[in-house]
This record gives sequence, C-alpha cells and structure tokens, in this order.
Amino acid sequence: MAIHDKINEKSPWTDITEGNKIYEAATSRDFCTGEWRTSTPIWDDEKCRQCLLCAPVCPDSSIPVRKGERTDFDYKHCKGCGICAKVCPFGAIHMKEGKNEKIF
Amino acid sequence: MAIRERLSGNEAVAYAIKQINPDVMPAFPITPSTEIPQYMANYIANGEIDTEFIHVESEHSAMSATVGASAAGARAVTATSSCGMALMWEELYVAASNRLPIVLALVNRALSGPININADHSDSMGARDSGWIQIYAESNQEVYDNYIQAFPIAENKNVHLPVMVCQDGFITSHGVENIMLIEDDKVKEFVGEYKPEHYLLNADERIAIGPYAVSNYYMETKRGQRQAMLDARAVILEVAEKFEKMTGRKYGFFEEYRMDDAEYAIVIIGSAAGTCKASIEHIRNTTGKKVGLIKVRVFRPFPEEEIARALANVKAVAIMDRSEMFAGTSGPLGAEVRAAMYQAHAKAEVVNYFYGLGGRDITVSDFERVYENLEKMAETHTVIGMYDYIGLRK
Amino acid sequence: MKNTVEIRWHGRGGQGAKTAALLLADVAFKTGKHVQGFPEYGPERMGAPITAYNRISDDEITVHSNIYEPDYVVVVDETLLDSIDVTKGLKEDGAVIVNTKHTKDEIMRHLNGYKGAVYTVDARDISMKTLGKNYPNSPMLAATVAVSGVMGEEEFLSEMESSFQHKFAKKPEVIDGNMQALRLAFDIIKKH
Repeated sequence: MAIHDKINEKSPWTDITEGNKIYEAATSRDFCTGEWRTSTPIWDDEKCRQCLLCAPVCPDSSIPVRKGERTDFDYKHCKGCGICAKVCPFGAIHMKEGKNEKIF
Repeated sequence: MAIRERLSGNEAVAYAIKQINPDVMPAFPITPSTEIPQYMANYIANGEIDTEFIHVESEHSAMSATVGASAAGARAVTATSSCGMALMWEELYVAASNRLPIVLALVNRALSGPININADHSDSMGARDSGWIQIYAESNQEVYDNYIQAFPIAENKNVHLPVMVCQDGFITSHGVENIMLIEDDKVKEFVGEYKPEHYLLNADERIAIGPYAVSNYYMETKRGQRQAMLDARAVILEVAEKFEKMTGRKYGFFEEYRMDDAEYAIVIIGSAAGTCKASIEHIRNTTGKKVGLIKVRVFRPFPEEEIARALANVKAVAIMDRSEMFAGTSGPLGAEVRAAMYQAHAKAEVVNYFYGLGGRDITVSDFERVYENLEKMAETHTVIGMYDYIGLRK
Repeated sequence: MKNTVEIRWHGRGGQGAKTAALLLADVAFKTGKHVQGFPEYGPERMGAPITAYNRISDDEITVHSNIYEPDYVVVVDETLLDSIDVTKGLKEDGAVIVNTKHTKDEIMRHLNGYKGAVYTVDARDISMKTLGKNYPNSPMLAATVAVSGVMGEEEFLSEMESSFQHKFAKKPEVIDGNMQALRLAFDIIKKH
C-alpha cells in the first residue's frame, strides 16, 4: 500500500505520523508529477544517436538510462518542461501539445 | 549517599552532562553559557566521557548539528545563551516539529539590544512558542536536578519534544552555592540508555524525517505537537515523582511557598524566587501577614488550571516578569497567568511587574514593597494599572 | 558569629578578588557551612573595578541579590578608595579590611567617616616576602577569616593546606610560601 493511501489530505490530525516521519524510502516515486504535464516530449529512436545529453539535464530524472543507453520517457513523472527537446542536437525529441493521454 | 558539593550553576550542568555522557554535543561559546562546553571539552580531553563534541562555526550550526545528530539516533545536547539562541531560532522550531528529544542548557541572558550580558528571560520567552518544553530553576541545585529530569521527559514516547533547561545568567550560572550531587550510577539508571524507536541510522528501517508539509498537513502536524505538549504534563509529574523517590527533592509544575493560608501572592520565575522567599519569612516573622509565592518551574507546557487553583483564595497577586514583550497588558508570564485566572473567574486583584531586566538587581526589600502594594490593592480594590516596574528610575 | 555573614570584596579585574571570594566560599563550605560566592558581572576587563560577594551561613541561603549592607568589606586594591565608596552600607558593628602599606589612621581619612573597625594588611609585603611575587589573595583571604571569625584559625589553615596540596600538586614548592602568607596575615589581624 502506498503511503498516500494511509495518510492523505482527508486524514484527521490523529493519523498524521509523529513529526511527519515517513517510515518508507523513495516515496516520491508514488507522487505522479506527470499529471501536471501540458506539453509532452516525444522521443524518436531512429534519429537518436544516444549522445545522452538529455538524461542529465532532466530536472525530474524522467529519462531512464539502462546499460549506457536512454530508453523512453518516464511519463509518470515527466512534467513536460521541454529542456530535453531544447538540448537534443539531433532533433530526436519534439514537444507535442497536451498531456498525451494515451500514454499517461 | 548523595555527594555534598559546592558548584556554580554552569559547573552543575556540565557535571550532569558528564554523568549522562550523551552521544553528541555540538556547541558554540557565548557568555554566560560558555563554561558549559568548556567544562565538557575538558571532560572529553581527559577521557572521562566519550561524547562526540562538534566544534561548529555558529549557533545556527550548533542547533542544526544537534538536530541532525538527534534525527540520526543519537542522544544530542547543546548549550547557549541570548543571541546564541536567537541564531538557533529557525532550528528550534525544526527540532520541535521533528519531535526530536534534544536537551538544551539555556543560561538566560538579555537579548540585544541594547547589548547586555546579564540575566533576563527575553531569550527563552521569545522562544516560548517554538514548541520546546521549558523548565526554569531558582538555584544551582534546581538546574542540576532539572537537567537530569529533562531526558526521561524528552525521550518519553508520549512526548518526544525538545527540552530547554533554563537558569539565570551569572546569578546562578556563575555563583557558587552548596549543592547535593547524585551518584553517577544513580543518574545513569534514572536517565537510562537512549533507545530511539525510529532513527535515520537504523539500517533495518528506511525513513524520512522533516518532509515538507503543505497547508493540507501543516495544521494537523501542529495539532499533533500540541498533543505532545499536553501529554508532557503527566510525564513531567511522573518523572518528578520518581526523582523525589531517588533524592527526596520534590518538584512539580510550580512550587507553592507559604501558599496554604496566603492572602497576597507573588508569581515569579527563576533565581529571584529565592530572594522573595527570604522576604516572605521576614514579613511573616515580623508582621504575621499572610504572604506567599508561586515559583513557576514549567512554563511550557503552561499549567494554567493548576495555577488558577493555587491562586483561587488570594486577595491580590503580583505577577513578575523578567522580560519585556511590549504588550499593553503585561509581560509573558503576566499574560499567561492573567488568562488562566480570567478563565477560572478569579476574584483577586492582579498587577504585573517588570523587574530585573538586563540583570537589574532585585532585593528582599523590593519584594517587601510589592507585598505592601498588594495589601493596599486588596483594601482599596484599586490597581495601579495593568503593569508597573521594580527598580525603574522614574 | 552571626547566623549569616555577608562580605563584599572590592578589587580590580585580574587581581583575584573574585577568586578570593570563591576561595573563601570553598573553605567555608569545607567546614560545613552553606555558602555563596559570586561576582558582579559586567563587560569589565583587566584593571576595571570589580565587586564580588560572599554569604556564609549555618542555614540554607535562598537570597540571590547582591549585598548592600555587608558585615565586612575587603578592599584588595587601595587605589579604589578614592573612586569607590567602599564602606557604603557597611554595618557599623562590622569592619573594613584594606590591603595597604599605610597606617589605619591614614586609611580612615578615605573611608567617608566610617565608624566601625578598620584593619590594614600589607598583603603585597607579605606576598613578596613569602612568595617573591605580588599575589595579595592569600593574605587578604586569611585576614578576612581572622576578622570575620567565619571559622577558627586552625580549621582554616588545615583546610587551606589540603586545598593547596591539591591545587599545587605539580609545584609543591609554593605550598609553604602560601601557608606562611596566610599565617602572617592572621598574626597581623590578631595584633591589631
């Protein structure tokens, strides 16, 4: 059970943990910031040369890198800021209007 | 057998810290509390204790490091005064809201400005809303006893709040007085081994401490802190009872001195209470007038109902503040006691006095004049005003 | 001796008046008394006039104010006599003890007509003779004990000897000189 199922905005004060302590690690994974997105980056793996300039500039760590190569976006957490599209030297990322509901 | 000694208030606190041997003490020197980390550094250098002393570059860092150490799972303490505590301000609130059982030895000194190094409660009274438990002492004996009691209070699982153990700068911190020390093994047993339940360095439990709380959570969190403060009342009394069994010395939220039949009462905090006691003995022995004293020991949580009950039968009360708050009504103690009395529909005439600001001395005869004024107030049912001053040049 | 004896010390920062007050508290404590020893603090430094106090009693002491009507006043530095009213509030059945090489009559002219007892002790001379340096503390402490009678001579000397043995464990050669300084000061008061 994710932490927000146990404690959320409907919880009475008596259910809040002492000092707001969170007795789990990496709970930010459960926080779907992708829901905030109004513009969506689309990755074209044909054009991508795996230079990996995009991954480190992503403020939300939403470009997963596996075995030295980037994979598709983590749309659960991508806020659609567009920095990756701006930095890509090969035009392999373009921004598409909207949340891209199909993906989210 | 208890150990008969003579120590200054700072020595007494340092000695208690040595007996407790906490895990971590980050501290930065400031008059008049400097001697406490100084004695500690000696104890550590001499190999008498193995506390990790952290030399920090400011009080902001001292409290930050104390918060960090406590969150990590250490029994962590520090000491400071006046502007030193002002520089800790931000972290005082963090320590309390993170529910960390830190013990801070505060040697009360006036906050600048004007710059002044002497006894005054403006530092701790300014921090009264930070969520710390505050315990005050009349004498070196009391600050030693309070310091030892602070740990089982702070670390009780129904409390988990930081405790400020306060004493008056120079008056007790630098004055040598007789004191009865408790044997090391008894202190160690009384305080017990610190076993935190949830802490950052526990490899078996991954936790986060001090997360951001948006508006949807902040108020509920504060209500939780209030509950801890309310629950601390019972714990403070339990710890006092256990302490009395060990030492024979009785403590509570406040001391009632000759209050059984008192018609005129003074309510005060700290070292001046002892001077007031001498005036009470003198007045009772020479005139037979029924004068008494309430010496507030625990200011947070504030024992409003108990104080109102203790003052239920007096004719007039003088509440005495050793710090300004520039309110139209009174100082901080005055405001609390008046509110408690109002709620209890008290009948007594009440006046608030400012005294001892920035170390201004207060004498036995000053207190005698206060009692004379209380008698006049009760007879004429007229109050000189919401507040007045002792020792102010007019 | 009265139940509570109150003593006020006048000195200059760095001369050890505060240390003397704490030493007196120490030795009285060891004879079973309730004691207080405390300085009046300000931002003063070396050479500035300072005041320190003692209360010594058979009963518990609760008063935490300064002392305004002392039983005894000790002046560690006579150059203070012209700038500070050292006998202010001093009880007439009490006494003032001044560290000076001048005579009692000469000193009395600087005491604003104080009518009680006046004792003079040349602590500098005693210290130079016994220790080879000017440490007026020990002789003034002994003189204060002798005048006030807060404890007996033998009791005082034996307590001081044991505390010197502790304090000067690493330089025992100064113990004899210090003890000699105490005895000389005691004798001067007895001959007064």
